[in-house]
Amino acid sequence: QGRFTLLRDTRTDGSFLVHHFLSFYLRAGCKVCFLALLQSFSHYNIVAQKLGVSLAAAKERGQLVFLEGLKSCLDLVFGEEEQQGQPSPLQFLSGSTSDLRALFDFVRVSLTPSDGDSWKGPVLLVDDLSVLLSLGAAPVAVLDFIHYCRVSVCYQLKGNIVVLVHSNEDSEDEENELIVNSLCHHSDLILWAEGLATGFCKDVHGQIKIIKRLSLRQAAEQDLVQIYQYKIQDRNVTFFARGLSAAVL
Amino acid sequence: LVFTEEDKYDLYSNLLFKYFLAEGVVCGHDLFVASAKEHPDNILKELPAPLLDDTCGKELGDEAAAVKSEDFQDSMKIAWRYQNLPKMEASPTTYTKFGHYYDVSKKMSPQLCQSAKWHSFYLHDELSFEPKMKTCNMNSGYARLLQSIQRIISQEGFDGSDPQKKQRNVLRIGIQSLGSILWGDDVCCSDTPEDAHSLTKFLYVLRGLLRKSLSACIITLPAHLIQNKAIMERVTNLSDMVVGLESFIGSERETNPLYKDYHGLVHVHQIPRLNSLICDVSDTKDLAFRLKRKLFTIERLHLPPDLSDTVSRASKQDLAGSAKLLSSGCGAMAIGKKHLDF
Repeated sequence: QGRFTLLRDTRTDGSFLVHHFLSFYLRAGCKVCFLALLQSFSHYNIVAQKLGVSLAAAKERGQLVFLEGLKSCLDLVFGEEEQQGQPSPLQFLSGSTSDLRALFDFVRVSLTPSDGDSWKGPVLLVDDLSVLLSLGAAPVAVLDFIHYCRVSVCYQLKGNIVVLVHSNEDSEDEENELIVNSLCHHSDLILWAEGLATGFCKDVHGQIKIIKRLSLRQAAEQDLVQIYQYKIQDRNVTFFARGLSAAVL
Repeated sequence: LVFTEEDKYDLYSNLLFKYFLAEGVVCGHDLFVASAKEHPDNILKELPAPLLDDTCGKELGDEAAAVKSEDFQDSMKIAWRYQNLPKMEASPTTYTKFGHYYDVSKKMSPQLCQSAKWHSFYLHDELSFEPKMKTCNMNSGYARLLQSIQRIISQEGFDGSDPQKKQRNVLRIGIQSLGSILWGDDVCCSDTPEDAHSLTKFLYVLRGLLRKSLSACIITLPAHLIQNKAIMERVTNLSDMVVGLESFIGSERETNPLYKDYHGLVHVHQIPRLNSLICDVSDTKDLAFRLKRKLFTIERLHLPPDLSDTVSRASKQDLAGSAKLLSSGCGAMAIGKKHLDF
């Protein structure tokens, strides 16, 4: 409870982790607020069905609150003036405000339990945070947003947050690196998916570093680091110890 | 959303752009062509003519027949380990019925051109109209383009908004030289552009429009002119597929014996991973292109046999440097940085 998990990918695509957490938390009976900024609803729906969860059904029974960033943006840009008095969560795009307050309000309202809700623990899932920078949000605004979310979701509502960011070792995108480094320092768990240093391999798609940040909660503890390699299949991801891929054994 | 990084002199990426549009004409799709450089009418007049099935079959059939006669059935004696690998076809074969082939030396006939329904957007003609949408601090050229695309999509029913239209068609959008100074964006000129977010905001809204409708889009961008690499990284993240064309004209690679058969390299930076956990990765990452008199082909890059008598140290280092490039993979799976020496 109250955990902040950071999903990070370098030189590869870590979105399979997002799909996993989405179906994991839905199956566990948690109320999920998913900020899907980069892909459409049907993309996640089709993959989730392969993993055994129906997003449409979850949305219907109120377990899943789905913000489809692309659609929201289109409504904001091409839509009529302020309908129904509800400001768009992506308000910052229109330039009227420079902070992500509207987005935070959206998250807070979605996850605050209402009467008759019997879900276990709220969860906020974001895919992916780096897109906000591309849309013109300042790094400080993004960090503020995450901070407010953490206070609200992790501490007040005792829920979990899972956020995906992209990063590159020799990236020239300083704003992005700033956000990633800051989030790394404040995360309880970091799942870092990296492409193999030796290049592309058909049987091993990458390696994943699992960092349990025990030093965050207790002063004397050391962080626990584990490294596995993985291969992504159509409905599943298999993990194995380094060098022990099925192709080699 | 297919993104093509232009080669330096924009010869080959222009060709790829025209192929995309020509395929649309032949398949009966609708076209939308946008450019700030040349008038779309001119672009459409220059589309390559499709190769009709019989002539195409005959050309490739001759090649295939030649290959087959060399095909020996007896097992390999020295290189027996390679026996089990599937025979790789270097060039497209006749049995692939997906897509069409085009003859680059001929222009598409005007009747065929006119049979396709197309819309155009030439920036300098549109400057007088004010965009009606919220521009969100975006460059006005981009804003107008987005408005035009959105208007066509909703008017012609590509987003399924018109239930009466029984026959649904695909819209192929081609945008030429996005990001160049001609669009009013200085992202190609300076390291710290005035509005660093215009291009990425444009791409995000475009992505939304494409996801909402039956359309596909190809964009060419002079990536070599963009000084600010951070923007290129963000652009790559926002696209589904990113392909870079690197031509050998004017570079030191032109005289490198490794590349003597080819005109340039194809770098696949990213492939789409849509509706699935995995993406369709081909075995080979090293692709090169060449422009023959009639055909533009993309093939696997294979090293020519090293038949020189004197294998000097300099040439070995050259090959090693090029081989390092060969081992770098595509961004969706992995990019290797270290070069393993055997």
